[in-house]
Amino acid sequence: MTTTSASERNIKSFLRTIRIPPVYYFLIVIFLVGGLLDLFMAGGQIFGNPKILVNILVRSVALGIVAVGQTFVIIGASIDLSVVYVISLTAVMSSYIMQGDPKNVPLAILMVVLMGAVVGLVNGLIITKLKVNSFITTLGTSLVLSGIINSTFSNWAGSVPRSYEFFGYATIGPIPISVFVLFLVVLTGSFILSRTKFGSALYGVGGNEEVARLSGLRTDRVLIIAHIFCSITAVLSGLFIVSRLRAGAPWVGPDGYYDLESIATTVVGGTLLAGGKGGVWGTLAGVLIFSILDTTFNQLGVNPYLTIVLRGLIIVLAVASYTIRSKQEAA
Amino acid sequence: MEDNSEITEKQTRKPLLEVRNISKHFPGVQALEDVSLKFCPGEVHAVVGENGAGKSTLMKIIAGAYVPASGVIILEGKEVEFSHPEEAHEMGISIIYQEFNLLPERTVAQNIFLGREPTKFGIINTRRLNRMANQVLQEIGVADMVKPTTMASELSVAEQQLVEIAKAVSLNARILIMDEPTAALTINEVKMLDDLINRLKERGIAIIFISHRLSEVFDIADKISVLKDGKLVGSLPTSEATSEGIVQMMVGRILDHYYPPLGTPDDFGEVVLEVQNATNDYLKDISFELRKGEVLGVAGLQGSGRTGLAKALFGVVPFKTGTIKLNGKNLGLKSPSKAIKSQMGFVTEDRKAEGLCPKQSIRDNILLTIRSIQTLFTPISRNGIKNDPSLVQRLGDEVDIRTDSYEREVQFLSGGNQQKVILSKWLASESTVFIFDEPTRGIDVQTKASIHDMIRDLTKQGRAVMMISSELPEIRGMSDRILVMKDGRITGELPAETSEVDIMLLATGQNGQNGSKNSNNTGEA
Repeated sequence: MTTTSASERNIKSFLRTIRIPPVYYFLIVIFLVGGLLDLFMAGGQIFGNPKILVNILVRSVALGIVAVGQTFVIIGASIDLSVVYVISLTAVMSSYIMQGDPKNVPLAILMVVLMGAVVGLVNGLIITKLKVNSFITTLGTSLVLSGIINSTFSNWAGSVPRSYEFFGYATIGPIPISVFVLFLVVLTGSFILSRTKFGSALYGVGGNEEVARLSGLRTDRVLIIAHIFCSITAVLSGLFIVSRLRAGAPWVGPDGYYDLESIATTVVGGTLLAGGKGGVWGTLAGVLIFSILDTTFNQLGVNPYLTIVLRGLIIVLAVASYTIRSKQEAA
Repeated sequence: MEDNSEITEKQTRKPLLEVRNISKHFPGVQALEDVSLKFCPGEVHAVVGENGAGKSTLMKIIAGAYVPASGVIILEGKEVEFSHPEEAHEMGISIIYQEFNLLPERTVAQNIFLGREPTKFGIINTRRLNRMANQVLQEIGVADMVKPTTMASELSVAEQQLVEIAKAVSLNARILIMDEPTAALTINEVKMLDDLINRLKERGIAIIFISHRLSEVFDIADKISVLKDGKLVGSLPTSEATSEGIVQMMVGRILDHYYPPLGTPDDFGEVVLEVQNATNDYLKDISFELRKGEVLGVAGLQGSGRTGLAKALFGVVPFKTGTIKLNGKNLGLKSPSKAIKSQMGFVTEDRKAEGLCPKQSIRDNILLTIRSIQTLFTPISRNGIKNDPSLVQRLGDEVDIRTDSYEREVQFLSGGNQQKVILSKWLASESTVFIFDEPTRGIDVQTKASIHDMIRDLTKQGRAVMMISSELPEIRGMSDRILVMKDGRITGELPAETSEVDIMLLATGQNGQNGSKNSNNTGEA
């Protein structure tokens, strides 16, 4: 009895030190269930096909990148609903400026990054200085941006040059460049959160803003930076999307539901919506879960609405399991 | 200049920090008025006063969390101005706040050095961070109790307090402010804190100590200053102070007794609550009786199961086996709603989290329990219930809630007034058995006395009271009988007015410190 509990404790403490977010158990389960369904219903055509496996990763890129930014603001106990229209604006602005000419690419990128930084800065300033609730603030900026885009562009605007399409389509060996970009963003995000002063401060601000302030942190600055970071990830997602689509249109952001999905994957990944706890590796797993689910069901020809039902169930189940887990730990 | 009498001490008496003519007001309240004080190195300076006297405001001004409306802060002879706590930190002023200020999801080391992590180009050196944290913990002599990599959420209340102190010490504080550092500590832990304070004192740190517990102030402080209604009443060396004198300065009158007289045999009636061999995950083999008209005190160290007992009785974390009889009826008590219907009331330890809805009006708070046990769609009446439309007014008068309107949100009431609202909420549901968990924690002397009177009045009216307290004088002063708990068991029942020493002996076990920490490791050995 004592030996088992001691070894159990050892395992638990080991898991705690390496800190694998519990969402990875879900990811494994989804992967196995998907594989079994594939085996029985499609004779292993899906998971045995490397092209489809790569496609699962490519599908994760746009959502994955912006979800990393969303994870940042949520850890800081904030939220960003404006990412959808930052993505749309990036897509239309960049393709409009590029007009198919490779010479315009640097300017286009510079402009959209600046635009993203400004949106993030404005979000951050309104939330910290005017003390408007982050949900309302970003809902507001989101509406403003949507109005601006839809009044300016009504259809596909401009196009990207062929050379720029490498972001969306080029590969290194069998792996697309965009997948490397996603992992690079996740790695950077993880490094910033766990190893830098800013990351530590962000956990402080999200965990308890007053504690952070009384510990001498400039909490406003920290949250503003997190919002700028989040908007920039949305810009990066937008740049990827426009490269895949070869031109930007106002609806590319809202059509992808990047606002709610980035929040959902962050939360499924184990980040507390109330802030102060979580990380980007969990978010990545959340994104992969959604991609595996979509791809498998898509390939099996399952009714797409059933996939949506399953997504909903997974969100609720995952978060419920974390709550139960943390209650057990507390007891 | 008033320090002349202390000149015999070896330390120099030049003040390290001085506040001069500090005033501060909040909307509608003058929090501080023209307060001037001096704090010397190597001296423990206690600032006492009732709730709302302005102690915490003054401390927040010194720590840079508030900016004073007028007046100056002088540090080592130089005038300073703080617009952000960071600036006070840099000048060597640290504060340990009354509420715990740790991030639960971060480690001890991350908490201690939040915002001051050892970095190279903004990148944290985690190994160095943990080593530094360990060093600080060693410095204050608690390295074997608290590990730098433990999550703050896994620490006990006392351990959290130690981490707070470690955090303050790690700032190389020259001035350390402790706002009610002992409110949540048990007696052994308070002793440890005393030792720690003495060590800090030897290092020439000026310590500002705020506490409601006068006995501790007299043990620890070299100098006592009294605030009342935002004004400084007086400042004197501990050697010249008496506790009656200090209390008089605090409340403006002499309190001739702190506690109402105990019950007499005539007051005690039949047994209303009888618990036999009750057990759950945290409590073992609990048996006791509670009689009508008596106050049953429950003493024990933090973690001894005192609060667990209250929660088990009230059905929050129910007993799994054993019997509970209330008024002769055998009850399961598997949920609070059942307990309330059985006329039990539970005045919880944590008023804000468990006792009140802070943003609702006094009226709604008073009516909360009575409404909750009515049928869900019973029409509600504004100031009471159907059969008693003026219930709120009547109860408010009975317990003497001081307010201009019952519309006021309870978050704006003083601690004592909040406690009265909670009490009337249970009176509204006609409770006959009351459980009080730390009824006067963080409440000022004067309100404390009136709450003690209210508890005694309840028993005079034939109700039964079980009172949990970590303050032994309160246990002694109020209890007609005393239960002592240790490690989830009742280790003894003692008669009224048992000495504090005897209670402590039972609470700690005969051999003093218990070895529960070590016993966990035996399985792995």
